[in-house]
Amino acid sequence: MDILSILKERVLILDGAMGTMIQRHSLEESDFRGERFADHGQPLKGNNDLLSITRPDIIKDIHAQYYAAGADIAETNTFSSTTIAQEDYGLEDHVYELNYESAKIAREVAEEFTAKEPYKPRFVAGSMGPTNKTTSMSPDVNDPGYRAATFDDLVEAYKLQAKGLVEGGAHMLLVETVFDTLNAKAALFAIEEYFEEKNCRLPIMVSGTITDASGRTLSGQTTEAFLISISHIPLLSVGLNCALGAKELRPYLQVLSKKSDFNISAHPNAGLPNEFGEYDETPEQMADQVEVFLQEGLINILGGCCGTTPEHIRAIAEKAEKYSPRHYQAEVNV
Amino acid sequence: MKLSGLEPLIVSPMSNFVNVGERTNVTGSRKFLRLIKEEKFEEALSVALEQVEGGAQILDVNMDEGMLDGEQAMVKFLNLIASEPDISRIPIMIDSSKWHIIEAGLKCVQGKSVVNSISLKAGKDDFVAQAKKIKRYGAAVIVMAFDEDGQADTYERRIQICERSYRMLVDEVGFPPEDIIFDPNIFPVATGIEEHRNNALDFFRATEWIRTNLPGAHVSGGVSNVSFSFRGNNTVREAMHSAFLYHAIKAGMDMGIVNPSMLEVYDDIPQALLERVEDVLLNRRDDATERLLDYAEEVKGQGKAKVKDTAWREASVEKRLSHALVKGIVEYIDEDTEAARQQYPSPLKVIEGPLMDGMNIVGDLFGEGKMFLPQVVKSARVMKKAVAYLLPYLEEEKKSAKSIFTPSKILLATVKGDVHDIGKNIVGVVLACNNYDIVDMGVMVPTEKILDKAIEEGVDAIGLSGLITPSLDEMVGVAKEMERRGMKLPLLIGGATTSRIHTAVKIDPHYSGSVIHVLDASKSVPVAGELISEETKEDFHARIKKEYEALRIGHANRKEIKNYISLPEARANKFKADWERYRPTKPNFLGNKKLNGFDLSKIREYIDWTPFFQTWMLKGKYPKILEDKVIGSEAKKLLKDANEMLDWIVDENILEANAVIGFYPAASVNDDDIEIYADDSRDQVIKRLHCLRQQGKKGKGIPNLSLADFIAEKEKTVPDYIGFFAVTTGIGIESWITKFEKDHDDYKNIMIKALADRLAEAFAEMLHERVRKEYWGYAQDEALDSEALIREKYVGIRPAPGYPACPEHTEKRTLFDLLEVERHTGISLTESYAMYPAASVSGFYFSHPESRYFGLGKIEKDQAEDYAQRKAFDIDTAEKWLAPNLSYDI
Repeated sequence: MDILSILKERVLILDGAMGTMIQRHSLEESDFRGERFADHGQPLKGNNDLLSITRPDIIKDIHAQYYAAGADIAETNTFSSTTIAQEDYGLEDHVYELNYESAKIAREVAEEFTAKEPYKPRFVAGSMGPTNKTTSMSPDVNDPGYRAATFDDLVEAYKLQAKGLVEGGAHMLLVETVFDTLNAKAALFAIEEYFEEKNCRLPIMVSGTITDASGRTLSGQTTEAFLISISHIPLLSVGLNCALGAKELRPYLQVLSKKSDFNISAHPNAGLPNEFGEYDETPEQMADQVEVFLQEGLINILGGCCGTTPEHIRAIAEKAEKYSPRHYQAEVNV
Repeated sequence: MKLSGLEPLIVSPMSNFVNVGERTNVTGSRKFLRLIKEEKFEEALSVALEQVEGGAQILDVNMDEGMLDGEQAMVKFLNLIASEPDISRIPIMIDSSKWHIIEAGLKCVQGKSVVNSISLKAGKDDFVAQAKKIKRYGAAVIVMAFDEDGQADTYERRIQICERSYRMLVDEVGFPPEDIIFDPNIFPVATGIEEHRNNALDFFRATEWIRTNLPGAHVSGGVSNVSFSFRGNNTVREAMHSAFLYHAIKAGMDMGIVNPSMLEVYDDIPQALLERVEDVLLNRRDDATERLLDYAEEVKGQGKAKVKDTAWREASVEKRLSHALVKGIVEYIDEDTEAARQQYPSPLKVIEGPLMDGMNIVGDLFGEGKMFLPQVVKSARVMKKAVAYLLPYLEEEKKSAKSIFTPSKILLATVKGDVHDIGKNIVGVVLACNNYDIVDMGVMVPTEKILDKAIEEGVDAIGLSGLITPSLDEMVGVAKEMERRGMKLPLLIGGATTSRIHTAVKIDPHYSGSVIHVLDASKSVPVAGELISEETKEDFHARIKKEYEALRIGHANRKEIKNYISLPEARANKFKADWERYRPTKPNFLGNKKLNGFDLSKIREYIDWTPFFQTWMLKGKYPKILEDKVIGSEAKKLLKDANEMLDWIVDENILEANAVIGFYPAASVNDDDIEIYADDSRDQVIKRLHCLRQQGKKGKGIPNLSLADFIAEKEKTVPDYIGFFAVTTGIGIESWITKFEKDHDDYKNIMIKALADRLAEAFAEMLHERVRKEYWGYAQDEALDSEALIREKYVGIRPAPGYPACPEHTEKRTLFDLLEVERHTGISLTESYAMYPAASVSGFYFSHPESRYFGLGKIEKDQAEDYAQRKAFDIDTAEKWLAPNLSYDI
């Protein structure tokens, strides 16, 4: 069964946070290094993506927990697996491998579940994070024309990531947590270039991040402007994730739902962080919040971001079962 | 077609003609070209902003000029635009005849922009390859009616090229048809050349054909071309542009490059001119060109004239008064007030009627954010003048007891020990604008006096203000005393160091009446309204009490994260300067030096204007604030008034700038104390400074700082020095404040105080520079501009007691004694250690190249105890002075 026909029938469930689950293991520097990077010259603790190579057992187990909780799609552990983001750890030269291995192990777990439950095939989405540089903003307030990274830098980095993810076995690519639309446009440009060169095509999902109640991305765009800026590429879905909880996300999802003829996705945080930076919305609270999206018919793909766990995904999946997906008829514009 | 900058732009059959701003084009604007050539990008940005403010919906950017590196200029300008949300909210049109410039531009814009332009000029392969790229970058495209044989100049060529281009884009590239915009070439008419007669007409017909036969596609063009032969005759050109647009839009042109200031309203074009213009455009007569030329000769040189608006003087007296109030015009106020007095049955009715009506409009506009504080203060000045004019008549009327005028009364005071009152005065003005009678008791007012006066005047509420931290305690004292006296009046708390949480935790529990924190002047009106109105006050009281109780509970229950280290640990992690590599410079003199009567005209050059605008509640950075879309024009006016007053202050010697500085041998001892020695023999300790050390847990390699770390330790035997300073620009201000108060001129009253404050800061900045280069002389070669000074790029620091690095105020006493500040400069210290006059700054000089400003943060009980011992305070006294920085509740 291909994903497009499933999307017509039901709301698909995306998995929850990777970081939150990794934290539960209280890993030390040595876990991150493994034998492979024991002598690496820089600290590696906190480089979660590296665990796909050094502790694949943990990552596979997290994927398995999410699939078992009802997720249809697992995201690869590659949020920061670009040459740009890995520069901080001195691991730029291992980026292809990080993506390849992450996609491969996620795909293995997906295949296991699909074999067990053929009526509910599991998918792997290759996660492509925003990197830690912005192409539309200057990091130096005194030099607003300066850019720490250019469009070309990002195209190069994303192209390598896309290659690793596709060759490792990802079913689709997910450009997510878009806080600067120009970064996302570079990712899409890179993906399109890669597809053209390899003469292949996989579904692409894009998920933006509305930073606060102003309803804008970090780089200043309104939700609709963001949508317009990425709609030149045929997408499987467009959506929003991170920064806000489900409740705060709703008005912006309504905009997307009304204005876009792509499928709509959302993977909100488990509420807003409390004053200590922790997310404390319970699975039940969050599920009640996302139920509103379902009732309003806003959504095709639903999952969780920061602070969410398999328990959250299970609660969300149970709600989603009771509703049919959004049937879109966007406003026509010529 | 959907485009985007930070915001969307939807072009649909329902939307109006889309206007493309064209001044940011080096080929079309000489001024813009010059700015780009001279690398004046800031000014170039203001050209862009003008376009947006003038109504441009898309911004055309073109850098095609032989002498420019077009690609570099395009990238730089687009990146700068991206940092200006007021500009980048609209989509960009990347305009170049060179593909490499277009592509460089596409890599800089996050929104969906428009490429201007591509064409079949160099053949199909280039055209298709470029279109594919544009699609992948996510932009719309303008296609010129141009092919391998040249530019289309007939109707047939136009539609043939457009159709061919369209089919390639849609069928081969898969370009969305709605993202294609054709430019079927607007050429000049009335040129005298026979072949040009149909130029406009062919454009209209081609436009209509495109819109009918190429579904989705749009039509655009550069309108000013059409009137090329009438350069220099704006009357005719404006009429031609309007008439052209009128017909082109009817034919289906839905966007275009138009200079809005070069456009006449179609219906306003004189009939004779319109007829002649349309004859030309539509090629209706053989002699059309000649007739238009004749007409053009007649109207040559007549521009559009603007009439200055003085019409308001003709309106009714009510309208005149409200106009004067809203616009802050004092010129005619006595005259108009007198007219109203004669017209109304009593002077009171003038106040309650037209004057209050006018002030209500001001209050509403301010509340809606449509007027700004400097304007409101000017309005208040007009109101006060009007009331002052009526006062004698009111007194007379009172004697005959015809009526009693009783607005709600609010008492305002800056508490004992504090001298800062600009914020309080602003609150007073804003409240007065909203029909409150203000009893302003000024500064340094003791509790007893405040409360006695409140009772005597029968006020409806008391507002307390304070800027320095000890004032917080004073406010607690006032609340306690009100409770003891059994008072019920609402108490408003405001000023820089006050906060909602402090009010809830420390003040509210001591008073059973209403206590409420007021964040700024704009909040004072609704709060006062609810507190005083009979209908709302009980509900409001209950609501605030409940809210503050919840805050207190939240505060008490807040999760304690122990992120502090013990004092010995903090001291062990002190900043360790390398005294091997750096030897302190000996100052050029030791002891004190009085520097009185400084030249104010030099000092004013050092003013940092940003805080000045903050004082007036205009938020934004100077000088950018002057260009702000909303408050820019008010900011400009305010700055103009400020500079005028500064001219007056300088020319008439209104204020005196006094200072004293001193340098002494010094050494740090026992980690956190600094010993000051009488002379270089270093055997007599004359004073001791007590510094405080950060106790927050730090990351690896980050020290727990204390100012003492920047002075060599005694045991190092490296001779080190410390400096002290106190400056004021407030001497002489008193008599002027009294005068302005007497004139009911709050505007000038606030202005002179705000300026004196800025001058004092500027003086401190200037003096520090001279200390570095000259008096101490440790940085003789320094060369920094004022921007760099504001950003504190110099070597060494000048922290002030009461500020983040050394927040404890009593240390000021040591400094004052050592420098004999009072005797030398006329600055005195209040019992709360505020400096009087308020426009004064004092502090320490540290010269160590690694010395830096830091915030102490919270400290633990062990340091408070240690500090008490060092200062010979009992622990309660120490904790009282350290209260804002304690990590625990006392």
